[in-house]
Order: sequence, then structure tokens, then C-alpha cells
Amino acid sequence: MPNNQRRQFLQISGIAALAGCSPQGTTTEEEKLPSALGKPIRAYGERSPFETVKRAVPDLKRPQIGSTRTPLTETEGIITPSSLHFERHHAGVPELDPAKHTLLLHGLVDRPLVFTLADLKRLPSASHIYFVECAGNSGGEWKAPGGPNAAASFGLASCSEWTGVPLRILLAEAGLKREGKWLVAEGADVCKMSRSLPIEKALDDCLVAYAQNGEAIRPEQGYPLRLVVPGYEGNVNVKWLRQIKIVDQPNQTKDETSKYTDLLADGTSRQFTFLMDAKSVITYPSGGQKLSGPGFQEVRGLAWSGRGAIDRVDISTDGGKTWEKAALQEPRLPKAFTRFRFPWNWDGKETELVARAVDSSGYMQPTREELTAARGMNSAYHYNGVKVWKIGADGSVKNG
Amino acid sequence: MGKLLMALILTICVMNGQKYHVGRAATPEEIKAADQFIPPEGTGLPPGKGTAADGRDIYSRRCARCHGAQGQGDEEGPLAGGKGTLNTAKPLKTVGSFWPYATTIYDYVHRAMPFDNPGLLDANQTYAVTALILHLNGIIGDKDEMNAQTLPKVKMPNRDGFVKDNRPDTGKKKK
Repeated sequence: MPNNQRRQFLQISGIAALAGCSPQGTTTEEEKLPSALGKPIRAYGERSPFETVKRAVPDLKRPQIGSTRTPLTETEGIITPSSLHFERHHAGVPELDPAKHTLLLHGLVDRPLVFTLADLKRLPSASHIYFVECAGNSGGEWKAPGGPNAAASFGLASCSEWTGVPLRILLAEAGLKREGKWLVAEGADVCKMSRSLPIEKALDDCLVAYAQNGEAIRPEQGYPLRLVVPGYEGNVNVKWLRQIKIVDQPNQTKDETSKYTDLLADGTSRQFTFLMDAKSVITYPSGGQKLSGPGFQEVRGLAWSGRGAIDRVDISTDGGKTWEKAALQEPRLPKAFTRFRFPWNWDGKETELVARAVDSSGYMQPTREELTAARGMNSAYHYNGVKVWKIGADGSVKNG
Repeated sequence: MGKLLMALILTICVMNGQKYHVGRAATPEEIKAADQFIPPEGTGLPPGKGTAADGRDIYSRRCARCHGAQGQGDEEGPLAGGKGTLNTAKPLKTVGSFWPYATTIYDYVHRAMPFDNPGLLDANQTYAVTALILHLNGIIGDKDEMNAQTLPKVKMPNRDGFVKDNRPDTGKKKK
């Protein structure tokens, strides 16, 4: 047992001893089954003290403006625990009292309305599993495929079950006017994060969500209300939602002009690039991990697309020369994470592992070369090129 | 008659889409207080005015620490410069080189700046700081007044630099 693990074990044994769980508090590696009663029932659960998976928190001068990433290699299935959902805040996490928080719906409507949280919870509800991915996820890969591990390169993406009121119900209640072609949604953070969205999307599948994974949305994810815009870039999923104004054209807010626009090689920029294209990442084996030796290894990962469901994930274990289909775990839901698995017998030689996703629209995840040929290197957002992990003869896994 | 009237009202409501009658009517006052959006045509810009010269004092006290004395950037990204760099290997996206609308400066400064005290600036100060940022980029003169009429008329250098999303531009169709 390495020293740091031993120290952790001793600490945990200490905790357990205090709780009357393991009176010996010894350092033996052999599991001793409890000989006394365990801990009592409790009001709100916590994970085992042995579990330490965390979001890496970067050292920032202004930690209110920044992001943490989901440790994708250490989560299972398709649901990201709310506590590990990625964060991106532009002015810190506001503390909002749900008894006082309201949603104002106004602009080009017949009846401007104010909804309390209690009002919203009375209305017909819907629950859906959707990913949320920051438009800037994998942004560093434009210049060079440099991220050391899956979390660093892909961790600004998470997937949750969201529950709330379909936005179209609220628009019908307010009486959407024919001239209303766009909406602008605003958060209650101190920078009043604001984004414009086409009304067609609002009438399609947007949710005014109050719950995530079965409980109230976490403060970092927009408590008590968040706009969920399935398949669209994370930034338009406005957190701490406080008002929606129906307008006839986009508002051209700071975060849809100076930011979240995609600079092309010719100096023009694409604007309102909402959709998140198909993407996949192998989480095992991935950067920073080490294979224990030749033989069977299950290749695992995640794929998702804003255009629909994942239809296929191809795996190459020879750097893209040949491809085979991975098994896809059901359910394969539109605009949600899909888990893939692929049995692999590693021969102990150097090679490259690659995955590519194909979605239900027929779109195939491009290579980095295809992407940069189409857009240049300065887009900053919406990078979805395939990721190559290099396997060394010693079992080490590095960025390709 | 009463029944008929009720039926008529109900029909109108249903046609109108209102079905649940949940939520209360918003008052004009609360809409006015919440609605600080400034779209490109300038609707909602308040009375007031300011020039770059007027903005120097408040800028040096409340903005320069993060954005640099001349908007060149410091702790935060630059506000000025970058002209002609967008199609190069090192594009510098600033208000002057990149932002398509001058109204966005007012919108954002008014609601979100200064970072440590958002909403601090009154309308005159916001117009003045907006004018100074435009002036630091050589877009308006030192004495050009920004107000609800003049600001939406400012044409930003990169106004025509934005194009529609034309993806998918990659991702060949499978057979």
C-alpha cells in the first residue's frame, strides 16, 4: 500500500473506530467484517468515506469565474451525479430563496405573467434525460490535441434527468404573439447572464426545470430554476432563470456576440451556433491511465449528439486503419449520453485507440483534420473531433 | 345569458391558449424594473449622455485595474486593439475588432460592470464609459456624445463579420 493510501486508510479506520464500527483500528489489508452494529439511519445520504472522486478545482485568482469538469473516467452509466456535474460560472453562484424567486414571462405576449416556484410545480411536468455540454468543451484541442486526460479534454459535459414544465405550456398561458420570433432568457447571477433563442426551439423541447436527478437542482446548476435547452450549447441553458422576454429578433447580448461565436479562418464568425454536434470519448483506457498488462481490456466510453440519438460508435485499435462497432448500452436516448463498450485483447504493443460516433441524423464525428480544414484553428468553440489515445508498450496511455 | 357569456369567455381563453390559469399578471412596474435588455436598435436606452472625455475619470477609477489604462487588457482581456487580426493565426478579439453592435457595450456595462459592484454606473456614466471604449478603438471622437439616439447609429468595424450557422460542414453522411 503506498504511503498516501495507507494514511488515508488509517484516517478512515480512525473515523470508523470513533463511530464504533471497527474497534481494532488496525492497518491490516485484510477486510474484517464488522462485529458491532453499523451506523444509524440518517436524514440525507452521503457517499462512503472511502470514495474520493472529485471535480478538479483549478487555482484561480477569481474562483467565482471559472469552471470545473466532470471526472468522466470515474463515473459510470449515463447519469452524472449532480455533485459531479461540470460547473461554468460567469459571476459566481447566487444564493436564491425559492420562496421569493419568481419567473417573469413578458414581451410579445398577450398576458405578461409571473410564476412562483409553487405555480410552476402545479403545471404539467415532464422529465427527460439530457446532456449539457459547454460550447467550449475540448476548446483546447483546436490548437493541438493536448489535453492530458479525458476530464481535461471532455469534462465540460454531463448528463442528468431534468424535471420541469415544458416552456411551450408557459408560452401558451401567456399567449405568444405572432411577432414573437425569439426569446431572451436571463439569469439571476450578478452578471445577469442572457442569451437569445429562436422561438421554434422554445416551442419544441425546452424545459423550465426545477429538478435534477430526482431532487432540487443544485445551486451550481441553477437552483431553483434553470432553462434546459436539449442538445444546444450549455451557455443557453440559462441558470438561476429569472425572466424570459419574447422579442422579434435576437438581443445581441455580450455572450452571443463577443463570446460563443465561432471565428473561422477567413475572419468571419458563425453566430448562434447552438447545436452540439456528435462526439465521443473513450474513458478507459484514456490519458493518464496505465494498462496493467497485455490481455483482455474492456474499452469504455461515452457518446452524445445534439442532433438526436447515438446510432453507432466505431472503435479502432490500430490508429484508424480498421474499425469495428462497439456495443451500445440501452437506453439510447436522444440528446443524452450513450455508454459504449468494446472487448479488446491488447497484444502489449504500441498502438492508438480511437472512437467515432454516428448519430441518428447520419452525422459522423469528424477527425481533427476535417474540422480544422473546414473552420481553421481559431473557432474556440464546438470542437468535436475524434480523440486519439496512444498506448505505450509499457501500458501507459497518452494524448495522441 | 350569464351561461352564454361564461361559455364565450371560456372559448376565448382556450383559443388564446390559456388553459391552466396559473401564475399572476405581471405589473408594468415590475416589467420595467426587470427589463434592462438593450437590443441593437436601442429600444430601452435611457435618457442621459456622455463622451469619451467624460468617461476617463470613472474608467480610471473603476475599469482600468482589470482592463488596462488604455483598454489594452490586464487581469481581464483587452477592450481595444486587434484591428485586422481576425483572419490571422493570432486573432485578438476586442470590442473594437470583434463586437458587432455598440448597444451591447451599454447593455453589458450597465448590468454587469464593474465586476465588484455591478449596476454601480448611472446612465450618464454608462454612456461615458461606452463612448470611451469606442474612442479607444478609434471608432468615435473624444468629444462625440453617446446617447439613446447616437449609440445605436454607431457602426462597428466587424458589424458585417458574422455569418449564419451553416453546419454540418463536417461529418460525412453514412451510407
